[in-house]
Amino acid sequence: MIAKPLTEASCADVVRMEGVRFRWPGARGFSLSVDSFALPVGQRVLLVGPSGSGKSTFLSLLCGIVAPTAGTLDVLGTDMTKLSNSARDRFRAEHFGIIFQMFNLLPYGSVIDNVMLPLSFAEARAKRASRNGPAVLEAARLLKSLGLDAADLAGHSAAALSVGQQQRVAAARALIGAPELIVADEPTSSLDGNRQLAFLDLLFAEAEAAGSSVIMVSHDEALGSRFDRVVRLDEIATSQRGIPA
Amino acid sequence: MSVSRLIVPRLAMQSLRNRALTAFLTVLAIAFSVTLLLGVEKVRTGARQSFADTISGTDLIVGARSGSIQLLLYSIFRIGNATNNVTWKSYDDIAKRPEVAWMVPLSLGDSHHGFRVLGTTPEYFERYKYRHGQTLKFAAGGPFKDLFDAVIGADVAKALGYKVGDPIVVAHGLGSVSFVEHADKPLRVSGILEKTGTPVDRTVHVSLEAIEAIHVDWQNGMPQPGQNISADDVRKMDLKPKAITAALVGLKSKLATFKLQRAINEYREEPLSAVMPGAALQELWGLVGTAETALAVVSVMVVATALLGMVTMILTTLNERRREMAILRSVGARPSTVLGLLATEAGLLTLAGVALGVVLLYAALFALRPWVDATYGLNLDIDAPTSREWLMLAGIVVAGFLAGLLPAMRAYRLSLADGMTVRT
Repeated sequence: MIAKPLTEASCADVVRMEGVRFRWPGARGFSLSVDSFALPVGQRVLLVGPSGSGKSTFLSLLCGIVAPTAGTLDVLGTDMTKLSNSARDRFRAEHFGIIFQMFNLLPYGSVIDNVMLPLSFAEARAKRASRNGPAVLEAARLLKSLGLDAADLAGHSAAALSVGQQQRVAAARALIGAPELIVADEPTSSLDGNRQLAFLDLLFAEAEAAGSSVIMVSHDEALGSRFDRVVRLDEIATSQRGIPA
Repeated sequence: MSVSRLIVPRLAMQSLRNRALTAFLTVLAIAFSVTLLLGVEKVRTGARQSFADTISGTDLIVGARSGSIQLLLYSIFRIGNATNNVTWKSYDDIAKRPEVAWMVPLSLGDSHHGFRVLGTTPEYFERYKYRHGQTLKFAAGGPFKDLFDAVIGADVAKALGYKVGDPIVVAHGLGSVSFVEHADKPLRVSGILEKTGTPVDRTVHVSLEAIEAIHVDWQNGMPQPGQNISADDVRKMDLKPKAITAALVGLKSKLATFKLQRAINEYREEPLSAVMPGAALQELWGLVGTAETALAVVSVMVVATALLGMVTMILTTLNERRREMAILRSVGARPSTVLGLLATEAGLLTLAGVALGVVLLYAALFALRPWVDATYGLNLDIDAPTSREWLMLAGIVVAGFLAGLLPAMRAYRLSLADGMTVRT
């Protein structure tokens, strides 16, 4: 593990995983075992690992999209393994902002529609987004701070945007309503070096302003300099294809 | 209602707009099937109503011994021919019975440009009633007064452009083209009836005496060689009919209907049949019921095929939409929301198809109604859908929604299996 020293302020954990086990259904299902992982409040963590190492499965577990078969998964003081499926969905909507690798916007929605989408499933988050006025203004503000002019893009569908623009709209969608945890699945893989760093700087600035912690997975360890901590997946977890021995 | 439930129809609409062409074609297929289904229903009810409306206020129809449907068809609907005639003596005997309030003779056999010629008495225009007891009304002229007067129905006048005073020549026998005509004794239009929506509109009415007069020098369906009696000479002859085709009977009391019917059916002088129009119509519906059912089954199959097409369309787009489902799940949409999205999409497509189908049906009714009336004599009413039709439409929407559950369930399973990324 390549780690930076923790600050005093980050002693409480947003995420704590202990002895988590999961296997995708089917005889040849991929399995992942996480012995221990913790993400302190406000910290920015880069999770690295080669393709097929189980990074996306790790994120699916972390976000509560799939439930572990064993172990404890504590997020913001809530044991996710004790929640029902629908309660986990509600929890994710309220507390998680997620950025995908590519094509992460609804192609038929407008830019603003895409940014505001999570608010449709999270009432508390929608209230937070409209604390200083209508949520649509907050969406426009986020887009602007991420380098996009909402007025210019008002009539555009998400499918008409460039890859870079799509990534920033996806970041605004993850940040709206100030969720406690931002989860990003290789969001910079389609950008060149300079743009990767510029995108991360904008994302971190907004996440810091909202008080959000960030966990990002990537196969590119060179991005580690921008993070508080870099974690190698194979150091905290073991994965296996097919039926475990 | 939770916020997520409110967004489902909106997302479904946006998703459909994104696939506007395939969605439109699916809606169109459903619309055509709905138009067909409702059209068949409209024609079925229209035909039944037209038949039921054709005769009213007549207690019995009397004719030569035959089946009740055949008697009803040839005497009232001018479809087919009588197997035999009824002698004037039998007609007289029945007319004189104490239960009988009135009796109108009908004599069929000739035609004019394909329209049936009906020999009867002037009383026909008072006694014949249709659609809830309405009587015949004259749009122009009046009943026949002269031996060679004729009263034509509204469709005859319209189709042939006749007006009162115009001469017409009756052809011997039936068919739109005839080579044997009663050209030596032309008739004259004395009156034109108002439109009734019944076979009366397509009938040329003449007096019984006129029927006798034009056939006085004929034998076995052909003019007798060497015999040519002029129109003037025929006026001096005794033109009392020897036989008629059928007769309409009105009774003083409905209670006597069965008694008189039995008496006529057991009439010793010649084999006769007496039928009650309502009972004969019921028998007719029983006969055509199988064909109606077959037609309805075909229509339902067409609707089922259209819905199957919709399911196929949604299923084929499902794979490319798995990422969309993963995005929705990542922002907090539950698998049930994904299921609802697909089912709502199917419901919206079906609803749009049903709505468009109804619009197409009424557009077609407005456009084709005059042609159907003129060609088939079928009066199709343009009124709001009946409760049965509303029920059918609701059934299609529910069926569409349920059919949508098939791809929805698959999307549900995929969204559970995919997690945050599409797993192939």
